[in-house]
Amino acid sequence: MSQIIGIGASPLRKEDLRFVSGRGHYVADIKRPGMTAGVFLRSPHAHARIKAIDSTAAQAMPGVLAVFTGADLKAANVGGLPCGWGITGKDGKPMKEPPHPPLAQEKVRHVGDAVAFVVAESAEQARAAAEAIVVDFEVLPAVSGVLEALRPGAPMLFDDVPGNLCCDWELGDAVATKQAFAKAAHVAHVSLVNNRLVGNPMEPRAAVAEYEPTTGQYTLWTTSQFPHVVRLLMGSAVLSIPQHKLRVVAPDVGGGFGVKQFHYAEEAVVTWAAAKVGRPVKWVCERSEGFISDAHGRDHVTEAELALDETGKFLGIRVKTLANMGGYLSTFGPNIPTNLYAPLLSGVYTIPAIYCEVKVVFTNTVPVDAYRGAGRPEATFVVERLVDVAAMEMGIDKVEIRRRNMIPKEAYPYQTPVIVQYDSGDPAGCLAGAIDSADVAGFAARKQASLAKGKLRGMGFSTYIEACGLAPSRIAGRLGARGGLYESATVRVHPTGHVTVLIGTHNHGQGHETTFAQIVSEKLGVPFANVDIVFGDTDKVQFGMGTYGSRSLAVGGSALARASDKVITKGKKIAAHLLEADEQDVDFSAGVFAIAGTDRKKTFEEVALAAYVPHDYPLEILEPGLEEQAYYDPVNFTYPGGAHIAEVEIDPETGVVSLEKYTAVDDVGTVINPMIVEGQLHGGIAQGIGQALFENCVYDDESGQLLSGSFMDYCMPRADSVPSMKISTHSTICTHTPLGSKGCGEVGTIGSPAAVTNAVVDALAHLGITHIDMPASPNRIWRLIQNAMPGQAAE
Amino acid sequence: MRSFAYDRPATIDRAVALLAGEGALALAGGMTLLPTMKLRLSAPEALVDLSSIADLKGIASDGKTLTIGAMTRHADVARSAEVAKAIPGLARLAGRIGDPQVRNRGTLGGSLANNDPAADYPAAVLALGATLVTSRREIAADEFFRGMFETALEPGELLTAVRFPVPYAAAYAKFPHPASRFALVGVFVAQFKAGVRVAVTGAASSVFRCHPLEARLSENFAPEAVAGFTVDPKGLNSDIHAEPAFRAHLIGVMARRAVAAALQPAV
Repeated sequence: MSQIIGIGASPLRKEDLRFVSGRGHYVADIKRPGMTAGVFLRSPHAHARIKAIDSTAAQAMPGVLAVFTGADLKAANVGGLPCGWGITGKDGKPMKEPPHPPLAQEKVRHVGDAVAFVVAESAEQARAAAEAIVVDFEVLPAVSGVLEALRPGAPMLFDDVPGNLCCDWELGDAVATKQAFAKAAHVAHVSLVNNRLVGNPMEPRAAVAEYEPTTGQYTLWTTSQFPHVVRLLMGSAVLSIPQHKLRVVAPDVGGGFGVKQFHYAEEAVVTWAAAKVGRPVKWVCERSEGFISDAHGRDHVTEAELALDETGKFLGIRVKTLANMGGYLSTFGPNIPTNLYAPLLSGVYTIPAIYCEVKVVFTNTVPVDAYRGAGRPEATFVVERLVDVAAMEMGIDKVEIRRRNMIPKEAYPYQTPVIVQYDSGDPAGCLAGAIDSADVAGFAARKQASLAKGKLRGMGFSTYIEACGLAPSRIAGRLGARGGLYESATVRVHPTGHVTVLIGTHNHGQGHETTFAQIVSEKLGVPFANVDIVFGDTDKVQFGMGTYGSRSLAVGGSALARASDKVITKGKKIAAHLLEADEQDVDFSAGVFAIAGTDRKKTFEEVALAAYVPHDYPLEILEPGLEEQAYYDPVNFTYPGGAHIAEVEIDPETGVVSLEKYTAVDDVGTVINPMIVEGQLHGGIAQGIGQALFENCVYDDESGQLLSGSFMDYCMPRADSVPSMKISTHSTICTHTPLGSKGCGEVGTIGSPAAVTNAVVDALAHLGITHIDMPASPNRIWRLIQNAMPGQAAE
Repeated sequence: MRSFAYDRPATIDRAVALLAGEGALALAGGMTLLPTMKLRLSAPEALVDLSSIADLKGIASDGKTLTIGAMTRHADVARSAEVAKAIPGLARLAGRIGDPQVRNRGTLGGSLANNDPAADYPAAVLALGATLVTSRREIAADEFFRGMFETALEPGELLTAVRFPVPYAAAYAKFPHPASRFALVGVFVAQFKAGVRVAVTGAASSVFRCHPLEARLSENFAPEAVAGFTVDPKGLNSDIHAEPAFRAHLIGVMARRAVAAALQPAV
């Protein structure tokens, strides 16, 4: 390992030794002197007025230190949880933004809404005490679905949010789109539900907080994808703790998928309570508690239309979506079904006119926010389903209709009608690669072989694009972001030439400790083993916006590349002095500063040492030390994309889908570590398969109770649900990131639901079936077949 | 989990005496009881752990009857040569309960005494017309399963063994619940001299015999005898994974597959 391992290599991941040997250090592993345990009492009702809370008995129970309620937080002037994004409606008015108290005040608005927090010597004692709290609830009618929530007379969550409508939002040109539809030879239509999902990272959420009264210093350890943002939001908006008095640490985190990129009530309550009881407080979420308190994902009801001319050219797309926000606005909630959704409705196609309306709706459910892909899988699903339906109805081959409408490689940069400008891409190249890799030519024979066994075989395509690398702060600001979306990196070169990187992104499974070390190894020519990556601690790392939206490499990696370049620039100055040469004559390559055309050179280590032992050093013009920092704010989003092909075999007798083959050719720009990219694709695709075939978060319409509140009912994909995949890349280089990388964290989840669903529909197409909602469960498929062939056994 | 007293007796008599205590529950494999205790849905004052009672374990066969001790684990049934010889369909059923961890902890008696409406073993016991031996008496399978999580066992009565009559042929076909992988619908068919018995699990509030299927299969024990068969969906379970009509349909499909499996020559 004592060598340069740079861009394009696949070293084993640095972090895995501690993970596979059980030496990871997670929030739940943290023990502090005098630590207490906290447990939340949560609402069993979807919608109820809190008439009274009697915690007298609970307070008197063994080991109990305190019981806190919403009234206590209110009396202490604790603020509500802030929403990080404010969108604006069609009418030019801001979205409705009702308060989101960390512990419910007056009303509870979903099953799992936190009502009280018990602090005790042990978690068992806290749990027992929580059960002894008597809450006098006046149960109110509840509403969990968006259609129902918008109906006149529906139960209202907030007195000042009529019709439960948070925002009536639009994007695109309604008039031009109407004109496009007026001249269409064919209009394809899809009514669809994008199923609500629960992220279920392997590690449940947790928080430990402590307070040092002599200094006023708070420390919060939390399972977060963005500790600096938690510090900013919680410190400034909720608890009024000055930033310099609040340290937030996100140590090893066992998976995030978006679930951990929000500032949660529990973080604020635990931190506040630690100061109140004067001892550290630990809260660890239980799995069943996670189901009713982790933000959920997706949950759209959509009507979509695609206008085509007689040759199958796309003329326009028109989409109406109702998006479920749940009972409160989570950190990014309103941004997901709007700004991260509608701008992707052009897909990889030239579509002259696009218009999208989104009604963002409150319901008595857990708040909905970003889950891997966040808005973009929903957009891809709409577009790719419409394309397939149009192809089926017009009798055009599904590959051919895509090719006819794809943005040609040479047309990049391509400005869509919906804000975004794609910098680079080659969708036809990805599709051609996938067709080859998936042996599309052999499909007909495989379909026949399946038929001979009484099985139905289908193949589904998804050619997709996403916008990630969140985000250019200027554009985000115009769209309603209340923060910046740059990233920062510090490259600290030690006197020995070893390097510590301090970066504002957060690694919770993505392999940053490896990928980022490769970037530094390549850039500075230092051995891979000599580079360590530090993240996740606001007292160590200067600042950062964290990890989400496939931004860590595209934005954080760019900051790292820039900071590395600054190190080289300074190193050249030092080397020029040492070599008594002109700075312009110093070349730097593979860890050596050299004067071109001579044998005069200084190694990176020699230059580093000189910087810290500046006996022979240009002190008049240069400071000692070798540590550089860069903040990188991207000029554009990045646009990974690709072509996915799924092949399924359906047992028509039982409706069981077997995913037989999965092929993906993705354009993620410059690949730093091919093994890690492949792993990211595997995980992302598995989650997309989960959405397409298995996962469904279901609330009871009447009571608002969560019907899929454990793994007994919420169906996660398992090892035997996922086939061995064929993954490859077909990269075009991002034109505006320093490394040319685009990001790969979400692509798998974005491309796959449509590919799998299209394959299922393809297998059933001979029955006249053109759509199935996700998940394509056995019962749903069987029911569709029954309805298509009344009175007949399915064939 | 709340605190509780714990005992691990070595004899059936001692276990029965302990179970007479206030709030005492028998702990077999704990595959249901322990999770419900962790979720604080169940809070026994005392647990009587049966795992050290040798008389509750073991498998014996005399060619006509297969006897399995109540504390015999699923994994032991699955790999028992005696079971494979006498009732191979029972061994295969045991080998597909839950996952390896469950099969290495869960027991025949625990599953039957719990009578989960989606458990696998009740279908085998009912279809095979087994006899359930307890610390007090013998109970016919037809009398044992009384409803959702309800059995004929009285408080303090301990299930000690199950005696299975050896059929001509028998097999189980399960359509697993997508999430839990319990039986969404499981059908056990058993062919005896006197006729065919069919038991269905997962589909209703408790395991039940399907008489229309028994009649058809008694006449002709062949897959085609039940092709296209479906039961009346009335009274069948409805949940987010299966509507009653789907379960009704699956009963026919699983019955056909079970018959086909029963007729397969032993591997």
